[in-house]
Amino acid sequence: MPSFEPVIGLEVHAELATLSKMFCGCPVVDSTNAEPNSSVCEICTGMPGTLPVINQRAVEFALRVALALNCDIAETSVFARKNYFYPDLPKGFQISQYEMPLAQNGWLDFETEDGDRRIRIRRVHLEEDTGKLLHREGYSLVDFNRSGVPLLEIVSEPDMHSTEDVKVFATSLRSLLRYLEVSSADMEKGIVRFEANVSLRSKGSQDLGTRTEVKNLNSFRAMVKALEYEIERQGQILMQGGEVQQETVGWDETRGVTVPQRSKEEAHDYRYFPEPDLPPLQIDPAWVDRIRNELPELPGAKRARFVSKYHLTPYAAALLVEERPVADYFEAAVAHDPGTSPTKIANWLTGEYFGLLNLAGVEIDRSKVSPQSFAELVAMVEREDINATSGKVVLEEIFETGGSPIEIVEARGLAQINDPQAIMDLVNQVLGENPKQVEQYFAGKTTISQWLFGQVMRAAGGRANPALVRANLEQALKNLEESCRSGE
Amino acid sequence: MTDLTTLSLLEAADLLRSGDVSSRELTQACLDRIQDTESKIHAFLTLTPDLALKQAEDADQRLTEWRKEGGKPLPHTWGIPVAIKDVLCLEGVPTTCGSKILEGFRPPYTATSVGRLIDAGAVVLGKTNTDEFAMGSSTENSAFGPTYNPWDLSRVPGGSSGGSAASVASNMCYAALGTDTGGSVRQPASFCGVTGLKSSYGRVSRYGLIAYGSSLDTVGALAHSAADLLPIFHAIAGHDPLDSTSMPDPVPAVDLDGTDLAGLRIGVPKEYFIEGMQHEVEIAVQEAVRVLETLGAVACEISLPHTDLALPVYYIIAPAEASANLARYDAVRYGPRLEAEDLREQYFATRGGLFGQEVKRRIMLGTYALSAGYYDAYYGQAQKVRTLIKGDFEAAFKDVDLIACPVAPTTAFRLGEHSEDPLSMYLEDVFTLPANLAGVPGIAFPVGFDSDHLPIGMQLNAPHLGEAVLFQAASAYQEVTSWHKERPSL
Ligand SMILES: [Zn+2]
Repeated sequence: MPSFEPVIGLEVHAELATLSKMFCGCPVVDSTNAEPNSSVCEICTGMPGTLPVINQRAVEFALRVALALNCDIAETSVFARKNYFYPDLPKGFQISQYEMPLAQNGWLDFETEDGDRRIRIRRVHLEEDTGKLLHREGYSLVDFNRSGVPLLEIVSEPDMHSTEDVKVFATSLRSLLRYLEVSSADMEKGIVRFEANVSLRSKGSQDLGTRTEVKNLNSFRAMVKALEYEIERQGQILMQGGEVQQETVGWDETRGVTVPQRSKEEAHDYRYFPEPDLPPLQIDPAWVDRIRNELPELPGAKRARFVSKYHLTPYAAALLVEERPVADYFEAAVAHDPGTSPTKIANWLTGEYFGLLNLAGVEIDRSKVSPQSFAELVAMVEREDINATSGKVVLEEIFETGGSPIEIVEARGLAQINDPQAIMDLVNQVLGENPKQVEQYFAGKTTISQWLFGQVMRAAGGRANPALVRANLEQALKNLEESCRSGE
Repeated sequence: MTDLTTLSLLEAADLLRSGDVSSRELTQACLDRIQDTESKIHAFLTLTPDLALKQAEDADQRLTEWRKEGGKPLPHTWGIPVAIKDVLCLEGVPTTCGSKILEGFRPPYTATSVGRLIDAGAVVLGKTNTDEFAMGSSTENSAFGPTYNPWDLSRVPGGSSGGSAASVASNMCYAALGTDTGGSVRQPASFCGVTGLKSSYGRVSRYGLIAYGSSLDTVGALAHSAADLLPIFHAIAGHDPLDSTSMPDPVPAVDLDGTDLAGLRIGVPKEYFIEGMQHEVEIAVQEAVRVLETLGAVACEISLPHTDLALPVYYIIAPAEASANLARYDAVRYGPRLEAEDLREQYFATRGGLFGQEVKRRIMLGTYALSAGYYDAYYGQAQKVRTLIKGDFEAAFKDVDLIACPVAPTTAFRLGEHSEDPLSMYLEDVFTLPANLAGVPGIAFPVGFDSDHLPIGMQLNAPHLGEAVLFQAASAYQEVTSWHKERPSL
């Protein structure tokens, strides 16, 4: 049985978060909740006689991305008209770029479970978004709020060979767009949209098989499921000696299948030609240098730095750097209390804290817990001023109220009991109160010691130093056992 | 009292300044003239008498203030009634491009050129007839009926700015805006015996000019003389941030005093005197060049070797751009809609039913020229040849300051004469297309009459942004001749 390897490339469209649209002065609004057609003018609705004017800010945003993707920037690039008819396309053509894009030949590096990856970027170009159709019973309406919003198209080479590659590429790219502060890159809202081209080839082969374009991927989950399905489908065809048809397929989320949309023969002839209303876009190399110098530290570099500077595991570092506010928060916490282990801070951050944030649906930069309070909390646990259980209680409380962890520990008497004598007294008290369980323990049911441990902790109001409890309990049981033996 | 409508723009402007006549009186005189003659000419698609009278009153108020202030600069367009070609948007006023597909469309904004002319005090009488989407050379392609040549009502006024040319020629207004994509200002100016300016590409904003061939479209104007055109040009020209192809260069002041053309070098391209052209046209143009020589200009023969390629190149580039420019007329957002079973059928019904023959012909030509597999052979090749044509002009302008040539091979032809043969109609523009492909300015003005007493025009071309020298030469010619003062009897 031949073994196949998937070959996958992605075409990504990301709406840029500029103040105004690509070719007119209309504000860019959230088209998923703005009043329909509330941010439109004669230009973005394609009124006769109107002309486009390039939004310089959009070009700057695009350059940031292109530079972060290590692309060559074209000193001269050309806008082109892509011609097709659809009611959400008011001019009957989309202003895009074709033969001379803004940037080409870049790459994006990232790590997967299977190792390091470098995915080549074929091109990055600017275009305008379309409007949106709203289908009603028997008719449709058009909302042009999104029409003319700057759209960045990023095309990868077909360098991905698993859905894991695709997932990590997509999350890395999303993370990059957010770091660069050029797009919210929200997939569920359609701010960033992915299309994939997929083909299979025999493992080890360098040839490319016939590919299909997979569309309608509205979430990361859908993208992975659709690609798994499409890889499986093509594999079945090839295994049975069939031929994959070059076509566009759409992912049907409810049925969990890809559905043919358009065959090669039905493919559009977009009749691209240079946009006569816009002179070629000239990019001053000095401007490019300025933008390059102002680029923030990018996720890949930050991850490497976190590993070397803070001795984090690559996994923990990757978790921290995915969102820039999280990484910034981590570093602020570490800076506040250099005595505390960064690993501990990272563990608390990606463990308990992430859990609270997710549950509450709160972004870290909106949290009531300041990095300073958070660092203090982790420090208190590390110094064994409080135990981990109390630490969680305190974190929950400051997450709700924004209070100071030290004050909460004092007010609620959560300070850890570290006095060995006090703990031994508690242990002896518990053993004295539970002779039956002690008997079972000596009868060989040693797991009962865990229950006894819990009873001691309960008697201490959860505040006892767990390590001391464990040690003292062990010692007490041993003493008991010896005294029993010597008593026989 | 003399008939106010027979005045030149500058004569009318002087009377306005002196207070001898009001803008309201001029406007009313024009409206009356339209009332009397429009049934014969059909120069207008929409008349805006209420707007005009309102603007005239505002202009009069300002003129009264101006006279009190004393001496402050005021554009000569102030209070002057004008007409606007119906491919230029005026907010709230029907703008049809002579097409059924835009019937009833009222743009929500005003074209930069129109807005600037209004800001310079002009009074808008209405929107003038045009070949549908400016595609044509006779105004016969208007979906709302042709315009008739005031010199001979059985003949066309030229096109596509035929309505503007005829309205000026028949004294309905003092000046009119037109547009020129392949000769659409110059050729009707020639046919109607008026003076018409095609501005340099990028000199006048195209914002609000409903696009036909975007890389060729220019806004121009028509009036009785170069001197009358100058204040219109100054009102509308100059950089516009809304048009990315508009030039940032300042618009120079032009001094039209005097007739001295000493040292001006004029090239007469041999390729513009072709087999089959009307002999009287050739003679009149050569005579006009001799008049310019008497004023001090030096004429010589030059060559624009790629002239014969201008026509085929134009009929690839303009339709290609048009095929995209006209895609927006899909009945989704504005204009009439012919309902059908589904979206596709609605496109077919509306576009098939409401575009005229010539528009559909050019959309198909352009679509074909841009199609996969044909792009390189047609559109790509045409762009290369366009560069050669541009090069012809650049080379010529190293040796001469102006190029003088006929506007059209013939004087005005009869209605229907070319209707059955699009190619023979296209040949009407053979002398005007090259300037659009090269982006250079041109001015057309009357230099005589043929044996049927039809006006003959000559055109001058200057280097890109060289309008000043066009005005100087044409104005000097008109100082010593009187062809431009002739009026048709209606
Ligand atoms: Zn807009």
